[in-house]
Formats: sequence, C-alpha cells, structure tokens
Amino acid sequence: MTVDAPTTPRAPAEPAPRESHARRWRGPGWGFLAKLALMALVNAFGVMTLLSAFRVESWVVFSATLVLLLAADVVYFTRRSLPLKYLLPGLVFLLVFQVFIFGYTAYIAFTNYGTGHAGTQEQAVEAALIQGERRIEDSPTYPLSVVERVGELGFAVVDENGDVLVGSAEQPLEEARDAEVGSGGVPTEVPGWDVVPRTTVITDAELQEQIAGLRVAVSEDPNDGSIRTRDGSSGAVYESTLVWDAGAQTITDTTTGTVYTANDQGSFVAEDGSALPTGWYVNVGFENFFRLFTDPALAQTLLSVTVWTFAFATLSVVLPFALGLLLALIYNDARLKGRRFLRTLYILPYAFPAFMSALLFRGMFNAEFGVINDLFFFGANINWLGDPWLARAAVVWVNLWLTYPYYFLVCTGALQALPQDTLEAASIDGAGRTRQLRSIILPLVLVATAPLLISSFAFSFNNFTVIYMFNNGGPAIPGAPYALGATDILISAIYDISGVSGGAADYGLASALSILVFAVVGGISAIAFRQTRKLEEFQ
Amino acid sequence: MTTTTEVAAGRATRAPEDRRAARRRRWLLEVGWKYLLAVVVIFYAIFPLVYVLSASLNPYGTLAASNALFSVIDVSNYAALGETRFWTWAGNTLLIGGIAAVGAVLMGAAAAYAFSRFRFSGRRAGLTGLLIIQMFPQALAFVAIFLMLLALGEVVPVLGLNSKIALICVYLGGALGVNTFLMYGFFNTVPIEIDESAKIDGATHAQIFWRLIIPLVTPILAVVALLAFIAAFGDYIIAKIVLVSEENWTLAVGMYQWVSNQLASNWGLFAAGAVIAAIPVLVLFLSLQRYIVGGLTAGSVKG
Repeated sequence: MTVDAPTTPRAPAEPAPRESHARRWRGPGWGFLAKLALMALVNAFGVMTLLSAFRVESWVVFSATLVLLLAADVVYFTRRSLPLKYLLPGLVFLLVFQVFIFGYTAYIAFTNYGTGHAGTQEQAVEAALIQGERRIEDSPTYPLSVVERVGELGFAVVDENGDVLVGSAEQPLEEARDAEVGSGGVPTEVPGWDVVPRTTVITDAELQEQIAGLRVAVSEDPNDGSIRTRDGSSGAVYESTLVWDAGAQTITDTTTGTVYTANDQGSFVAEDGSALPTGWYVNVGFENFFRLFTDPALAQTLLSVTVWTFAFATLSVVLPFALGLLLALIYNDARLKGRRFLRTLYILPYAFPAFMSALLFRGMFNAEFGVINDLFFFGANINWLGDPWLARAAVVWVNLWLTYPYYFLVCTGALQALPQDTLEAASIDGAGRTRQLRSIILPLVLVATAPLLISSFAFSFNNFTVIYMFNNGGPAIPGAPYALGATDILISAIYDISGVSGGAADYGLASALSILVFAVVGGISAIAFRQTRKLEEFQ
Repeated sequence: MTTTTEVAAGRATRAPEDRRAARRRRWLLEVGWKYLLAVVVIFYAIFPLVYVLSASLNPYGTLAASNALFSVIDVSNYAALGETRFWTWAGNTLLIGGIAAVGAVLMGAAAAYAFSRFRFSGRRAGLTGLLIIQMFPQALAFVAIFLMLLALGEVVPVLGLNSKIALICVYLGGALGVNTFLMYGFFNTVPIEIDESAKIDGATHAQIFWRLIIPLVTPILAVVALLAFIAAFGDYIIAKIVLVSEENWTLAVGMYQWVSNQLASNWGLFAAGAVIAAIPVLVLFLSLQRYIVGGLTAGSVKG
C-alpha cells in the first residue's frame, strides 16, 4: 500500500535553512493574505472574548480562550508543527464541543445541579436578598435620571450632599465627577453615560418595564440594599429584610427573626426545616448514582426502560437486517429485468428524512383517525399509541420500515462482491442452492456486515429521534416519576429526567444516567473495536 | 406405419409447445414470483409516501379527511405554508445544515490529509483517539451542552443559547470524529507519488492540498457533506435545547411542534411541509446513491 510510505526523513529538496511559509513573501501570495486575514479575525474574536470573560469573571472561559488563541498563533506563525496546521481547526471544535462536554457531563453527575441549585453560593445569596427586598420605611427619595451606555441601563442620583452618583445593574453606585445637575434637580449630564430624556422614558413602554426591573446596588455589600425607581424620576433605597452573614454562613430574616443556615446540601435551612427557595450546587459524591439504583419508584422504572432499550436496539438490528438480506438475496438475480428500478423504489424509505417518517407514522397509527386502522383494520379502533405493547410493536415496525433499505443496500453490495469462482466450484462439487447459501454465502456476507451490525446496535441504542418523534416515549407508565413511558429508551428517559424541556430540572441525576449509558456504549464499542480491527489499517 | 408417423408428427408439433410451457412454468417458479413479491414490497415501502403526498393535497387538512387517498386534489396546504413560519424554519435548516456540512468537509479533509500524508509523533495516538471519541454520541451529553452554552452565552452572546452559530459549533465539534476515518481511507487510495512529483516541481503543502488532492477526492467530499447535512437536518434533541425562540427553529423542531400539539388539524400543513422538505433530500440521495452506499458501509448509519 502506498500509505506505508517512507518513514525515514525525506531528503530536503532545498538546502536549509528554509523560511517558514508563513513569513516567506513572494509577491502577492493570495494564500498568505487569506491566512493573514483569517488569523486577524481569529485574534480579534479571541481578544474580544478574553476581555468579555475578564469582565464577567468567567475564568474557565478566559483560560480556555487564552490557551486556544496562543496555540493558534504559534501553530500558524511558526514553521514547526506542519500537521497541526491542518488538524487544529477541527481539533479545537472537537476539544471544546465534544471532549470538554464529556468531562463536564461527568462533573455534573457528581453535583446536585438543577432547579433550586442552579448557581454558586454567592449567586444564591444575592438572589435570596433580592427576593426579600422591601422599601425601607421613610427612607429618603433621591432625584434620579435614567442613563444609558452602549445598551446598558443605569441610574444617576443626587445624594444628600448634592453629589451625583451613577451605577448600573452590574456596577454599584459610585461618584461621578464633573456631572451636572439641571434645573429640575435631576442629573442632566453624566460623563461616560448618555442621559435618557424624560420624554423617552414616559413614552417607551418597553423601556419603562426595564427601568421598573432595574436595581442598582448601593455598595458592594449586598446587605446595603439597592436603588429602585417607580416613576423614573426619583429613586429610593430598598433593603432586603434578609441579612447575610458571610462569617457565620447564615441568612437572618429581620421581620420574623428566623435564621437560615447554609448546609452542605447547597441550601439555606432554618431550624424548623423550612428552606429558602434558592440554593447553590455542591458536590454530592455518588448520591445521584445511588439514587438511580435505590429510589424504589425510579429504579424499577429504569430497569424496565433499560430492558426495553436493549430489546429495541436488538430488534432494530435483527429484523431490518433479516428483511434486507432476504430481499437482497431474492433480487440479486441477473434474470430479473428492471432491477435498478426496483432497487430505487425499495430504498425510498431510507431517503425520506427519519424524523419526518416517525412523525408521519405517528399520524398514521392514530387510533381514531389514523389511516392504518381505517384502511387495514376496517375502521377498528385499535389504540396503537396508547397501549404499551402495541406502541412498542408499532415503533419497532416504524424502525423496520426506516432501516431495512440500509441493510438491503449493504447486503446487495456484499453479495455482488462474493467470489464467483468459489460458488462455481461448490456447484461443481454438487452443492445445492441451500447448501451454498448456508455454507458460503451467509458466512461471507456476515463477515462483511458484522461491524456494521454492531455500530447499528450502538446507534439504535441512542436513537432518540425515532422514539421521541413517534410517541414521546409514551404511553406513560403509571406511577413512574419524571413522566417516563413504555417506549422510552435510556436516552429519551435522560431527556425527561433532565427537565431541559421545561418543568423541574435535575441535571445531576440526568448526567449520572448519561455516564452509565456512556459506559454501556463504550462496552459495545470495545467489542466493535475488536471485531473490526480498524487499528490494523494504520500501522 | 401410419400411426408411427402420426405420433412422430404429433410429437414434432407438440414438443416445442411443451418445452415452452415448461420453460414458462420454470420462469414463473424461479423468476416470475419475484415480480409478484416486488409488488408487495413496493407497496410496503411507498404506501406511507403516497399517503403523505395525498394528505398534502387534501384541502381539509385534518387527519380523518386524509384517509381517502387522492379524493380531492388541491394545493391550498402548500399555499397555507406561507402563513406559517415554515419557510423561516426551512431557511434556518438550510443555513445550519449547509454551514455545518461545509465546515465538516473542510475540517475532515484537512485532518485526513494530515493523517494520510505526514508522519508525525502522536499520529497513531491521534487516530486511535478519534476512533474512540467518535463512538460516544454527542446527543448523550445534551445536558452538558445546554449548561455550557448557558455559561458561554454570558461571555459571548453569539455562542450562547438560542444562537444558530452556537448550534453549528456544536455540530462541528462532532465533525472530526465521524468523518476523518471515512476520508482517511479514501485519501490513502490517492497515490503518494502524485504529491512527491508535485513537491519536486516546487509546490507547497497548501498547493498540493487544494489543487491536487481536493479535486481527486471530490466523491468522498460530496458524501461527507451530504451525511453531515442529513445529520443536522434530522437532529432534534440538540437543536431543540439550543434554539429557544420560534424564529430560530429548524424544521425538525418546528414540524414536531405542529404534529404534537394539534395533530388532527395541522395534518395537511405537516404533509405539505414534509413533501417539500423531503424532495430535495430524496433527489440528492438518489443521485449520489452510488457514492453514499460506499460511505454508509464504511460505518455510518441513518441518523
């Protein structure tokens, strides 16, 4: 093979030292100019991301961007690492949007991330204090102007001393030097900010809504409260009835005197057991994994989901393969005229987009109005989608329709590649047609298709689209938590549990289940790995 | 004497008929029944497609009314698509699928070229790593994708939730793993002597890649592009969690909404949309069929 080309270093075509392509300038090289322009764009975007990550203090994004940007510049502006010049773009996407995501899934699986535990403790404290905010009785009102800076709204107020203070949702009040106060007593000019005219504030309903929701912290300490306004021309200090004590890790409700203490489950809990609605996420160790196996309602449902997943994946390989192989055997016959035409018609279901097929069958299997009951069962009212076993049969049927053409194509290819002389020799030796089929054709076809069968199994195992589009995994299993249904496979169960589509979210539990499915897929892949021995190709 | 001649004459006239009848019987037994079976198989294969075409032409647009095949023919469902967001969704799908496909081809081809033509340290480890990574489906990690985009959106809004660019990036994240092997095998079939002679003539690596290799591997590029497009076209789970607002949806997300909400009344719309969306894919698939079969057997399945 040509791949096993020289491993010894090739003799340099030109005498060293050679300049890098990147720095060599031979007239107006379009390639070089294009690269320069692209790298300028990449650097601009990278620096922008760095600045913005720095501003919102997102250190993971900051460091990842920094590393990637440096790597890109080093790879494309030095003459080393030629292969990396070709690999880097794909590699960056692979690392960020696939490898990192796997790692992140594993991380989330060990936390209680979800509804009520969706941020850091700092964010949880802030959210709790905001929810408990009331206007302080007889607190002074300050003359106020609404100010704006590149899409960001803020307030400018005049305090008791006549000084102008300015701030926004992200930045607490601070003194604005050289600001001017107009005749109405409100700030009219604030350096660095545009004062929004009073008429605009009154007429723009959307702006009014934003202003009503805006709160500007008085200082860095969340206990000091914040400025809010009702009318856009005067502001008052709102303080939370809750007080945060960072040292003692407690939040005290000043109206009732209840003390909420931070616990290691990421919640603020009072002595009587009541808790504040906002918590933060913490590492919970293997708790999510234990819950999958020990929570009785969940474990039982998941067991049936798992069994069905294996059954669905197996049936989705065996039945279509059998049908496809049978059709391939029958129609791989030179005496038939119009084979190409027949083949095209046979594979039409495969060329029809899968998600639309599943939706189409969802309508066709409808119990009341569906065409299947109407035409093929003489108007009987068979509840295909509502009965667990009928729904399972129907979804296997749909998948059979969807995938048999794939195996038909693959098996036809394998049959046409069979060694003709072997078959001839067999027939001379007196082997009948069944004998040839059993002893020569089938083994050879199976050898050619076995790796495909294994990868199809792994694919069907996670075939979310067909299951979800056909019947949402329904009909629901009575008494099951998280709206799990009889045709749900593991991946659609994870979707239901995660709550990303609405409802209470439990990202931690969903990720823990994802990790287990990853392990199963990994196991299947290991078998495939050994079977296909693809590794041998690139030795 | 006479009898024998009669018999002989009779046999002479009847024998070809007998043989023809026997041959016909044999033909029916060995070949003819295959045509009969083909009718059954074709009915099985294309009934749903004929049904959806008929439903799309039925002006009543309900599930119940669609059961009488081709009883009425009217294009009002197609016209009604204009009053929905169908064309916006179709445009989004085309845009997302198109860019994802082009990106997948470019990145996959560059990676395959590097693996096929250069010998560098970490090459085997890289190939093995890709082989392992591609076995883990991205869709299983959708929770992490959701949370990561949530966090990323606070820094760079264009890469956050509800952004088509973010969705394309997620799809491109899976591009290298799936496609590199498909292309790597194909790149290896292009003789390395071509590169070497070009190098002697003074061509740079970039020139060899763009001017020599790319034209020679066009078939596999077309297959990878089509497979990447179909993968983006058919993806529901990631598109659904990334694209929040209705005007950003793809066809899969939008059409699911039609059918799941009010199945009975939106059926005509769905059918018309399905016909419109399926025809380009069908045409592309059938015209590239020859190449696709090769690509499919190299390890990819319907998605």
